[in-house]
Amino acid sequence: MRYERPETLEDAVGLLSATPERSHILAGGTDLLVRMKNDDFDADLVVDIKRIAGMGEIARTDAGFVIGAAVPCAKLAEDAALVAAWPGVVEAANLIGSTQIQSRCTMTGNLCNAGPAADSVPALVAVDARVKIVGPEGNRIIPARDVPVGPGQTSLAPGEIVAAIVLPEPAPQTGSAYLRFIPRTEMDIAVVGTAVVLTRDADGTVASARVALGAVGPRVIVPDDAAQMLVGTTLDDDTLARFEAACSDAATPIDDKRGTVAFRKEVAGVLARRAAKIAYDRAGETQ
Amino acid sequence: MTTIAVSTTINGDDVEYLCHADESLLDVLRNRLGLMGSKEGCGTGDCGACSTMLDGRIVCSCLVLGAEAEGREIETIEGMAHGHDLHPLQTKFLEHAALQCGICTPGFLMAAKALLDVNPDPTEEEIRFWLAGNLCRCTGYDKIVRAVQDAAAEMRGDAA
Ligand SMILES: Cc1cc2nc3c(=O)[nH]c(=O)nc-3n(C[C@H](O)[C@H](O)[C@H](O)COP(=O)(O)OP(=O)(O)OC[C@H]3O[C@@H](n4cnc5c(N)ncnc54)[C@H](O)[C@@H]3O)c2cc1C
Ligand code: FES
Ligand code: FES
Repeated sequence: MRYERPETLEDAVGLLSATPERSHILAGGTDLLVRMKNDDFDADLVVDIKRIAGMGEIARTDAGFVIGAAVPCAKLAEDAALVAAWPGVVEAANLIGSTQIQSRCTMTGNLCNAGPAADSVPALVAVDARVKIVGPEGNRIIPARDVPVGPGQTSLAPGEIVAAIVLPEPAPQTGSAYLRFIPRTEMDIAVVGTAVVLTRDADGTVASARVALGAVGPRVIVPDDAAQMLVGTTLDDDTLARFEAACSDAATPIDDKRGTVAFRKEVAGVLARRAAKIAYDRAGETQ
Repeated sequence: MTTIAVSTTINGDDVEYLCHADESLLDVLRNRLGLMGSKEGCGTGDCGACSTMLDGRIVCSCLVLGAEAEGREIETIEGMAHGHDLHPLQTKFLEHAALQCGICTPGFLMAAKALLDVNPDPTEEEIRFWLAGNLCRCTGYDKIVRAVQDAAAEMRGDAA
């Protein structure tokens, strides 16, 4: 196996294109280097993207927050403007692993690893994040939601690299939140994860809402019908009860050692309801 | 497999070594450089026994490639004491009996030092959350938390 540390995206794409089948992109390595320890891991090339200019930076542009693919999650929490704009994304990313893992793990790695329980992915989907991709056939921008296509599978073509994740500027009076259930208080894999983003009108009613459910299906679930129930309301108890039931219905989890189908469906509804209330309150605190 | 030549800084000293592409920084420290203070508990990022500083952030050195350290600054447990002068955290771990078998101790010390660097006056909850990636099967954690609190107070100059 070779280790390469290109300094430009073009070089990185070139290296990966030359070894399309047996190469891996290395961001924080908290998934890849764990897999590398398995006896059946076999690769010819690892391309470390951390030395590519701009990959470790967060930039605020007309398009929104452009988060380089190699930005460690710990750095997200250090960016006050990002925390103020999208607290739901930062709190989801900061739930990944431990302090040590936070120093290394990236949202891009979380997304491209395509694990069904990845914590930052529902949050990215709820804010409708975009992903900038560079590759041998040119560049493209797609919704973050379209990167994972199934457990461990992405829509990236051989040689393609995610260069950055772009979070839009939030509309005025927008709030976001992410909640997950794990049996411990930290260092565990989500049994259910729920993200909610909503925007309020001047009179306090919900103008728009987006909801994303993680760990209850092979991909993140976006129950638009449930989100629509919140629009035009101030999250009264009746609305929230219907919303909770609709989120539970939308979840399609599996039974495993961390939770049964029935338990996960119920928790998906409960957490979505709580996340909606937090997002609503946060929306009221912004200008 | 070919080897890679790496130049880096460890505990303030310039260091050069050769390593394989898939070799972890932890293995380089222990097996090539004789720095045996960082321990391997799991090798998969779960236990924190291998905690080291990499460019000012605390990481699991078992989940860093040796080759990634080129041009970086690394601090290990070997850099914590100065000769016989122990760091206050080390002294307090001894005073509070915050270790039994000791395999987790270098990782806890490195992680606790990283905490006090950014937060000199952490609450108990902040200490427990920050150290959640460090596992100890002997002490039950309480003595570790007390030792960190006590060291923090001493480093701030508060009379304990
Ligand atoms: C102890 C421990 C605890 C963890 N806890 C959690 C948790 O609570 N929640 C959670 O969601 N995850 C958890 N994880 C998993 C992991 O930390 C996250 O998925 C993390 O976000 C991965 O990011 P990374 O930068 O380290 O990815 P890497 O390991 O570098 O990469 C992951 C995958 O994405 C690919 N990739 C990386 N960058 C790119 C790119 N720019 N373009 C295209 N493909 C790319 C890699 O080739 C690889 O297949 C944990 C892992 C460990 C070891
Ligand atoms: S040996 Fe690195 S975390 Fe356990
Ligand atoms: S002292 Fe034995 S594991 Fe902590």
